[in-house]
Amino acid sequence: MAPTPTSMPDLPPPPDDAAQARVLARSPAQSFRNGMVQSLPFLVVLIPFGLLFGVIASEAGLDLLQILGFSVLVLAGASQFTAVQLLSDNVPALLAVVSALAVNLRMAMYSASLVPWLGSAPGWHRSAVAYLLVDQTYALAIQKYELNPRLSLKQRLAYFYGAAAAMCIPWAISSMVGATVGRAIPETIALDFVIPITFLAMIAPMLRTWAHRIAALVAVVMALALSWMPAGTGLLIAAPIGMAAGALVETWQERRQRGTR
Amino acid sequence: MIQLSDTHIWLVILTLGAGTFLIRWSFLGALGRYAMPQWVLRLLRYTPVAVLPALVAPLVMWPAATEGQADPARLVAAIATIIVGLIWKNMLAAIIAGAGTLFLMLQFLG
Repeated sequence: MAPTPTSMPDLPPPPDDAAQARVLARSPAQSFRNGMVQSLPFLVVLIPFGLLFGVIASEAGLDLLQILGFSVLVLAGASQFTAVQLLSDNVPALLAVVSALAVNLRMAMYSASLVPWLGSAPGWHRSAVAYLLVDQTYALAIQKYELNPRLSLKQRLAYFYGAAAAMCIPWAISSMVGATVGRAIPETIALDFVIPITFLAMIAPMLRTWAHRIAALVAVVMALALSWMPAGTGLLIAAPIGMAAGALVETWQERRQRGTR
Repeated sequence: MIQLSDTHIWLVILTLGAGTFLIRWSFLGALGRYAMPQWVLRLLRYTPVAVLPALVAPLVMWPAATEGQADPARLVAAIATIIVGLIWKNMLAAIIAGAGTLFLMLQFLG
């Protein structure tokens, strides 16, 4: 990539004025619908993922109400799979809970990164957002907020709730359907690889700057190097190191920019 | 099969649910009224591009479905997903490319 000392390292080029104005003019109800519509592509993978959870959980011996309990009360795919998997392997219940929580620790970082955008909302809104904070709603919302920094708090919340409605309700329903009819799914569809493909498809468009790319690269190298650590805990070291690498590159680029001016 | 009693299963579900909520609520709920320092904001900007790749990398290199053996079909599918996502910046296109590649690779490689 050619050096472009005048480009901002942290934000993509703003969308054209007309599109920006349209986004800013939306009523909360329109923002809600916008959030729903923009999250629909995620259903392509979220529904099979939910079905798969239903299948695996019912094969492990959970009843319908327990499967619904997981999908409504925990509402976090990867950790639901972790818990059911470990319980099936007869790991002590406490260890299964701790491992499944470790998988979710990344969400503390999501929670923190939403503070500048939603931190001034009333307490019950912040609790509701926290309950509905999953990879998909986070990825959509943070992208929306960064591209349209002048959205009002009402518009931001409405957009988030719209995305959450389109994600969380189908999640619960599809896990129930999977539990009921799931055994008909053919083996050749390789459902196991649904998670990696979804996450990769989410990340790639976000790698807009060298700082982002280096953050991702460092995180990947560290995660692979630390994969010997138990129950995915290597992630808790790899991710902060990747974040630090991105922040360092950004700082360095900023300093170089100031120097050349 | 899970050997736990129904009561224990519900205890696991409730504990996991409450713990997960507290993790998600941590910063947004408890610290939302305080301004964050600049360096924290700078770090947080890289949360998604660091966490998600770190989560996925081991799943791509050593898939559980092949008992942890590196699998050419899944590797190629992952690469296709990344390339399409990088070039077209479109999540759905990347998912379709990745899933399509995986399906075809599995058909041909068996």
